[in-house]
Amino acid sequence: MLDKNGIARRIAKELKDGYFVNLGIGIPTLVANYIPKGIEVEFQSENGVLGMGPFPFEGEEDPDIINAGKQTITTMPGASFFDSATSFNMIRGQHVDLTVLGAMEVSENGDIANWKIPGKMVKGMGGAMDLVASAENIIVAMMHTNKAGASKLLKKCSLPLTGVHCVKRVVTNLALLEITDHGFKLLERAPGVSVEDIKNATAGNLIIEGNIPEMKLDD
Amino acid sequence: MIRKTVSNVAEALEGVKDNMTLMLGGFGLCGIPENAIAELVKLNIHGLTCISNNAGVDDFGLGLLLQQKQIKKMVSSYVGENDEFERQMLSGELDVELIPQGTLAERCKAAQGGFPAFYTPAGFGTEVAEGKETREFNGKMYVLEHAFNADFAFVKAWKGDEAGNLIFKGTARNFNPCMSGAAKITVAEVEELVPAGTLDPDHIHIPGIFVQRIFQGERYEKRIEQRTVRKRE
Repeated sequence: MLDKNGIARRIAKELKDGYFVNLGIGIPTLVANYIPKGIEVEFQSENGVLGMGPFPFEGEEDPDIINAGKQTITTMPGASFFDSATSFNMIRGQHVDLTVLGAMEVSENGDIANWKIPGKMVKGMGGAMDLVASAENIIVAMMHTNKAGASKLLKKCSLPLTGVHCVKRVVTNLALLEITDHGFKLLERAPGVSVEDIKNATAGNLIIEGNIPEMKLDD
Repeated sequence: MIRKTVSNVAEALEGVKDNMTLMLGGFGLCGIPENAIAELVKLNIHGLTCISNNAGVDDFGLGLLLQQKQIKKMVSSYVGENDEFERQMLSGELDVELIPQGTLAERCKAAQGGFPAFYTPAGFGTEVAEGKETREFNGKMYVLEHAFNADFAFVKAWKGDEAGNLIFKGTARNFNPCMSGAAKITVAEVEELVPAGTLDPDHIHIPGIFVQRIFQGERYEKRIEQRTVRKRE
């Protein structure tokens, strides 16, 4: 089984040289720690920066330079700043190659719910609806089941949707899955996890073809 | 040269009245018009509709207006980090319209640029699209969203000149350029106000035509919401 860092490490293997990437808050943010050697990627943050670097050293924080999580950050050589409309032109115009974000639920047809739980304080969707409606490649990073043990990979989302037919892949603590026309196609098992475990934790249609390899995280 | 300078924040906010619709720049507490917000608190104007990506924190930013119950409605994309906001929202004192962040930016830009409305894919198939016109272009579905209609826009820039030209710094830029010229009157506050001719015309982010009043702000606090650092090796 993978922990949060393990999920981030597996997603990092999906990065390709030259990718512009938008990482959501939570597990997705950790992906930046595991960029494969020998490739260059640039991180976009929707509040208006491309070429985001690591957190600043203590004493070097600049209140005018933050990411979309409102954390102080630094920039890399070649970085740029821009206004919010330009930022979302990058996203809507599909100039950003990959979006990684968390979810409360994903359905077998690629719908995603991650912004609102009826009856609870709603904080808002931020940029998530723009991101999922536009990105060509969307990977969801989440736990396979919720705290109550119920599957988060469903036939149909029960929570209010963030976007429809948009998720391409899901990486959970148990598996890597691809959204196909017929449901969740199991591509890889997390280390030490059986196909049976994944079947039991998946409520949506699960497609299992041939032998399912175990994920390789080191290379 | 057409001069846009006013002598202080009080003069800059002349004409702001109860029940007006205001745009306020900033992302979290980054790049917010601190002086204009302080003056709105002082004027104690009520019934405001505020278009702003966020709603500040309890004791800073738009949270200061919420404390005095000056805001009737918030139009935002994300409103966490504010207990008083939550209390007023749940009790029904405060009306909240949540809209996707890119749509928020573009509704400002549409108002700035004279577009009545535009189509965006954001929110299609979700409750955001309920009751709105949708249309297919090239096999993909889009939602019709309308330009904002605001009385005042309060924006904050790093540097500005007497002609109202603005230059922003870092991610404090965010919604400020989109809101400049997007309301009937745009008020810009800057950290440093310089004589016309000082700034290189090639370096201007927002031309002065989009700004009606400009003044040099005082005592910028620039509070950090999430101070994150790494250890020196």
